[in-house]
Amino acid sequence: MREFIQFTLGGISFGMVYAAIGLSLVLIWRGTRILNYAQGTMAMLTTYVAFTVIGHTGSYWAGFTTALAAGLVLGALIERTVIRPVENKPPLNAVVVTIGVLVFLEGVAGIIYGGQYRSFPAAFSITGLHAGSLALGISLNDCFVAGAVLVAALGLAVLFRYTPAGLRLRAAAFNAYASRLLGVRVGRVLTLGWALAGLIGALAGVLVSPATFLYPASMDSIFVLGFTAAVIGGLDSPVGAVAGGLILGVALNYVGGYLGPNLEPIFGLAALILVLMVRPSGLFGTLVARQV
Amino acid sequence: MTMARHVGAALAAAVVIWALSVSLSAFRDYQMADVAVYVVAIAGLTVLIGQSGQISLGNGAFMAIGAYATALLQLHLNWPLWALFPASAVIASVAGVAVGVAAARLRGPYLAGATLLLAVALPYFATQFPGVFGGDQGLSVTVTAPAALGATFPPTRWLAWVNAATALIVLVLLANLARSRIGRSWRAVRDDETAAALAGLNVARLRILAFVVSAACAGLAGAMLAVYSSQVSPGAFTVTLSIALLTGAVIGGLGSLAGALWGSLVVVLVPTYVTDVATSHGLSGAVAANIPVAAYGVVLIAVMLIFPEGIQGGLRRFWGITPPAATTPLTRLTLRRRPPASEHQEEGTT
Amino acid sequence: MNRRHRLRLPALVAAVAAAALAAASCSSSSSAPSSSAATASAPGITATQILIGSHQPLTGPAAPGYSEIAPASNAYFQYVNAHGGINGRKIKYTYLDDAYDPSKTTSVVHQLVLQDSVYAIFNGLGTPTHLAVASYLNSSKVPDVFVASGCGCWNNPSALPYTFGYQPDYIREGKILGSYIKQHFAGKKIGYFFQNDEFGQDGVKGLSYEIPHSQVVSQQSYVPTNVNIGPQVAALKAAGAQVVVLFAIPAFVALFKLASLKLSYNNPTLVASNVGTDPSTLAGLLVAFAKQGGATVSGNALTQGIITDYYLPSVGNTGNSWIALFKKVHDTYIPKLPFDGNVLYGMAVAYTFVQAMVKAGKNPTRADLVNAINGGLPQGPVVAPFAFSSANHSGVTGMYMGSIENGALVQKGPVLVTDDTPTGAVTTYTGTEQTAPASGMP
Repeated sequence: MREFIQFTLGGISFGMVYAAIGLSLVLIWRGTRILNYAQGTMAMLTTYVAFTVIGHTGSYWAGFTTALAAGLVLGALIERTVIRPVENKPPLNAVVVTIGVLVFLEGVAGIIYGGQYRSFPAAFSITGLHAGSLALGISLNDCFVAGAVLVAALGLAVLFRYTPAGLRLRAAAFNAYASRLLGVRVGRVLTLGWALAGLIGALAGVLVSPATFLYPASMDSIFVLGFTAAVIGGLDSPVGAVAGGLILGVALNYVGGYLGPNLEPIFGLAALILVLMVRPSGLFGTLVARQV
Repeated sequence: MTMARHVGAALAAAVVIWALSVSLSAFRDYQMADVAVYVVAIAGLTVLIGQSGQISLGNGAFMAIGAYATALLQLHLNWPLWALFPASAVIASVAGVAVGVAAARLRGPYLAGATLLLAVALPYFATQFPGVFGGDQGLSVTVTAPAALGATFPPTRWLAWVNAATALIVLVLLANLARSRIGRSWRAVRDDETAAALAGLNVARLRILAFVVSAACAGLAGAMLAVYSSQVSPGAFTVTLSIALLTGAVIGGLGSLAGALWGSLVVVLVPTYVTDVATSHGLSGAVAANIPVAAYGVVLIAVMLIFPEGIQGGLRRFWGITPPAATTPLTRLTLRRRPPASEHQEEGTT
Repeated sequence: MNRRHRLRLPALVAAVAAAALAAASCSSSSSAPSSSAATASAPGITATQILIGSHQPLTGPAAPGYSEIAPASNAYFQYVNAHGGINGRKIKYTYLDDAYDPSKTTSVVHQLVLQDSVYAIFNGLGTPTHLAVASYLNSSKVPDVFVASGCGCWNNPSALPYTFGYQPDYIREGKILGSYIKQHFAGKKIGYFFQNDEFGQDGVKGLSYEIPHSQVVSQQSYVPTNVNIGPQVAALKAAGAQVVVLFAIPAFVALFKLASLKLSYNNPTLVASNVGTDPSTLAGLLVAFAKQGGATVSGNALTQGIITDYYLPSVGNTGNSWIALFKKVHDTYIPKLPFDGNVLYGMAVAYTFVQAMVKAGKNPTRADLVNAINGGLPQGPVVAPFAFSSANHSGVTGMYMGSIENGALVQKGPVLVTDDTPTGAVTTYTGTEQTAPASGMP
């Protein structure tokens, strides 16, 4: 029983990171119908930026905020330069372009920072918390990770529902042509969507890097699982992304704990196939009727 | 007559390749064998993406299946080469059926995602059952030139012959397939799935068939890889391999078999060339090794933005050749944008 | 029009392929100089140069740390070149990236052997990667010396006569760690935390030859691609392990420490393989977690007391003649790299290679190098003798135990030697270590 509690709580921390990556993927998908394979490496690069700032100033929070700002800028930049030309083309073009961005950013990080593992600080203490004499298996930092992602998700929800910018985002995603007629600058809105996704991704990178160490390929496996979470939850559902991330994180922890670490990717694959066979648009996704 | 044309072309190519293999150095023969592996794998992938319109990021996994099949059949049953290659293709195509059926209802990014996860997860089977698959160290494969060629026959030339011959056979078969009724049906499904279904085509079965063909090619390429590198282990079948196949297909020209050759040449020859240039300019080892990585990314982006039809498309335009209908690149199609899921549907009004 | 197009295309394609290959061959890389007839005694040897090659993970998952080894070897070779070379020949060391991918390894090794005509392959790194090329090198009769891997598979003189290991293999290491634990931790509960490949599995095998089975309460493995090792650490804690033996790479030794903090698993003694315990690497990985309050404590605090083994002098042992020599080489040729265990290893194995080349004679053939090593080599910088003979191709036969104190490895006992059989005893080495020659060259 004690193990079960530890496995459950331990899975929440990574699960929230997968949820954050999934959330940023959903943001981009809803706005531009593109799956951003470079989301993980974008987060890695912004975390390196934070690492550099922390090294120079000694302040974690300075690095944290710089990473988020860098995420905004990087997302906007990528959308404006390489994604804009492929937004109205067949989906394969965007797949290849985003994979190209992924590879390019990893190479650049390798050239600038080298391949060695960097130690990235956590925001709060990493020693375990206790409930009485029971070691819970989570730390204050884990609570911060979960909280930060929740705040980000709620912030996005508020943005979408209650602000004019959010309304424009929704309008452009719903019907770009009509929105343009109504005066919405669709191009700018799409850039904003990518910028926000970059922000959430940067948050995920900073939150998870203490546990993975920072190196050019550090976000690759996190991305794969965040992507799995988004697909399981349904690519057009932010709620699905968060739910998918949590479920996946905790479930993988059970598999790793009770069955063995080697089985986790196999389990992830099985779960994905199973969900998609039963609900091809994900657990919370909406089925799209095909246009004739 | 199609078959005769294709076979004739293949024979002509075979003569040229034979001439090259005896006149070039042993290392070039080895590289020829390497290129042939990628030609077969990329040809299968380019048919899947270009002709039937499905994106697979996991063909590296089918290559792994074919490679391990070869190693195991040789280890336990001692089958000769001419039996190993078809057997590996068949085994991989069985896996292709399984994946194709599971993925039949998936479209676009969902299919890409499922295949990506397949590529990530499959190597773990090898380490999960180390007794069977040899674990991390893998299994070895031995290939010797037949005694009839003489004891001093260079082994690399035999590898080049075996792999090149297999590649030519596969190209002939795929070219025939593209010109056949099945190829036309694939393109119909690719261009407008609903219209094809209304016209009486069994969409699901055609999509699965495309997957099977692509998996068979990849499995055969895996067998060729096992023979050429004489070792099969999980480290050779990472996601990087699947991405390299996709890159080759795109750069060469999607849907085009000649494009598979261009793509293979690029994928095999360019990275080492770039690293050599970098080290000769005095850059440190680690930086020099990362430059091809960054350059790779730039090339992918540039090709997609500027030359979406790849090298073969560029060559065709250069010579003013109208591409045959069989190979209209997917990237030139205009696509109606499906409206994304929205509050409209969440509120239940359709 | 279509018909002509169809017939032309494949032949055209093949012709262009030929042109491409020919063009690539003209513009290709690292050319071996043409051998002059007089003193070129083997491929790769000319009157003025010895050309050797290697495959190394310069990119990819294994690159951190390991990518320093080849530049360090090269630095020592440059030192030798600057001091007259070997019999007047300079050593040229070409190491190519295989990204830890065995099919790429086959490719670059074929390039080195067939195109560049190297004299020997030196210090090829990685077990699955090198296994892909070992038979090829032996069938091509290319010396395959000092493989950078602790697998016992390189000790196979009948099947792989041209292949030689270097560092102590993992079974030997497991036995030595095991015998230490049997002596000092009798009656305590032991747990294993090991990498799920032949590195970890061989290590555990060696441990099991020494530690009584009844003492082992839990065996947990990890895979390098999954950093979430919470479940494994929780299992070790639940089993009550008082001593945990780690056969893990530095990242996972560090992660183990961090997970223990999170799970309040506070008191196990850690005994770890030297693969994962280079003190400066570990401290670098843990430095971000050692900050307390406003003050920055070095990552050393978290590495204090980790028990480990080593077969070279400790990097922190500045009074040692080898460390002094290699530090000098490092400061001259590769000052930007940290002077840590990987760099020390690279230079030590380069030194042993130079010893072997000197022994091979004035105009050595490939067979001469193999025979030179088969005849046995002096220890040089390593603390225990090599096992090299015509019947045994494994390398260093032992190591000393030590622990990490204040960020440096401190020796805590004599050098212990053993073999890799289940019953071979672990004995104290009674010979003396060698000192570095004043000239820095053997």
